[in-house]
Amino acid sequence: MKKLINDPEQIIDEMLDGIVAGSPDDVRRLEDTTVLVRKDAPVEGKVALISGGGSGHEPAHAGYIGKGMLDGAVSGEVFTSPTPDQVFEAIKATDSGQGVLLVIKNYSGDVMNFDMAAELAESEDIKTAQVIVRDDIAVDDPESRRGVAGTIFVHKIAGAKAEAGASLEDVQQTAQKVIDNTRTMGVALSPCIMPTSGEPGFELADDEIELGIGIHGEAGIEKRKHMTADEIATELLERLLPEMDLADSDEIAVMVNGMGATPEMELNVFNRKVQSLLAEKGVKVYDTTVGNFMTSLEMAGCSLTLLKLDDELKELLDAPSSAPAFKK
Amino acid sequence: MLIGVEETIQWLKNYNDKLSEQKDYLSQLDRAIGDGDHGINMARGFQQVADSLDDDFDDVSTVLKKTATTVMSKVGGASGPLYGTAFLKMSMACKGKEVDAGVFAEMVEAALGGIKQRGKSEEGEKTMVDVWSPVLDMLREGEFDAERLKKTAEDAMQNTEDMTATKGRASYFKERSQGNLDPGAVSSYYLFAELADVIGKGA
Ligand SMILES: Nc1ncnc2c1ncn2[C@@H]1O[C@H](COP(=O)(O)OP(=O)(O)OP(=O)(O)O)[C@@H](O)[C@H]1O
Ligand SMILES: [Mg+2]
Repeated sequence: MKKLINDPEQIIDEMLDGIVAGSPDDVRRLEDTTVLVRKDAPVEGKVALISGGGSGHEPAHAGYIGKGMLDGAVSGEVFTSPTPDQVFEAIKATDSGQGVLLVIKNYSGDVMNFDMAAELAESEDIKTAQVIVRDDIAVDDPESRRGVAGTIFVHKIAGAKAEAGASLEDVQQTAQKVIDNTRTMGVALSPCIMPTSGEPGFELADDEIELGIGIHGEAGIEKRKHMTADEIATELLERLLPEMDLADSDEIAVMVNGMGATPEMELNVFNRKVQSLLAEKGVKVYDTTVGNFMTSLEMAGCSLTLLKLDDELKELLDAPSSAPAFKK
Repeated sequence: MLIGVEETIQWLKNYNDKLSEQKDYLSQLDRAIGDGDHGINMARGFQQVADSLDDDFDDVSTVLKKTATTVMSKVGGASGPLYGTAFLKMSMACKGKEVDAGVFAEMVEAALGGIKQRGKSEEGEKTMVDVWSPVLDMLREGEFDAERLKKTAEDAMQNTEDMTATKGRASYFKERSQGNLDPGAVSSYYLFAELADVIGKGA
């Protein structure tokens, strides 16, 4: 497998330096850490938002650092949760005294490491609150659902709320509202290759796809013979819509997310069917985003996220953001 | 006395050797029912542990405390906080004490409590808990026996094969997680096996 890398051991370090080199006016790296923060952090008078997790999901999460979204992002090794000391550094660097909201994706590693960081913060009298994103309906038990592309809506909307001057509790509440109304499901067409081992992260035959796969190649719902874009769109929507609890007047936001190796051309072919099915079913779409937002290295495939909106969420979704990966 | 500073350091260094030797095997186990990083995480972290143990230490508790902080900041994933907590609790349980068989049982009890609390996990969920828990039961039975420690941990590790995972990444595989050993249970077995070897040789 050919990869555009140097030493696999240095991949995170070199990526972070590369991100800073690309946006020197917007982000900076905390020395000797894997933490990137807003250049102007801590932002006076504002609740800070931090997210993070294993690397390999770029532009998540560093690409969402900016005015109106995240204040900091913590990167672990590829697909491995970052350690508590790193998260704690991010908390310290972004807290302006108003407190810090930790946006955590629901994986046991992430939850435990962020928890420990919150305990470290508490011991230094820094206020934190957390929300746990669990939007992946491929997992039956709602408590065990994984955090996937829906996390970007949390960053955007809670970030806008914080930018507007809301308190830590209010930002947390809005973030939770987004989580409660967001559902995602994905599909993989081909696996990603782990940089350290050079091996595929999971097995998938040439003529197979996997429905409901996670962003680290975790088991999905089932393997199927390859299907067309329209068939996949139909399958995902049929599973998502019953989970959405939509009234006739409700409007939704749609995110079609590429997993890393699927061309935007194909994402748009897929989106075409999603939109026509939604129109057929009378579901009103307020906003659509198509692109690569929460990837899985060079896995091919996509995920579909639906978010049920109310007036508050609409306004915050439309609010300005300077984050390179989600400019508004 | 069961172990002193020297034996503890030897134990951890041997454990590091074992992990670096079995790194690919552990990751392969994790690839089957997780995300394939357990061996890499553990080997990376314990290499740092081994490198940090050349200083002078006053007692076993300080060695274990140093290990805990290194593990917490260098392993990552789910196993970092879990092993980090386990070593921290062991360190606290032997603070100011000589480590004899009774104290060692208390250390394992504290560690197991810490793992369960941090992971919100119980026995039978196909995790490292399923090795630590039977080991504690055995240690409570009285007389310490290195060979039995090793055998108990090994059997417990083997028993995870037929369990269904309900915690961690393996839980997404549900019934399909059966027929695979839990990687964290295997790395915990190595930990007790290396300790048994150090104690067995010392005696
Ligand atoms: N909640 C839990 N309680 C106890 N043990 C757990 C729990 N979650 C995971 N484990 C143990 O951790 C092992 C996996 O560790 P690993 O280092 O691979 O972390 P991970 O789950 O892949 O996390 P990450 O994806 O963040 O790297 C499992 O084999 C299991 O023994
Ligand atoms: Mg793993």
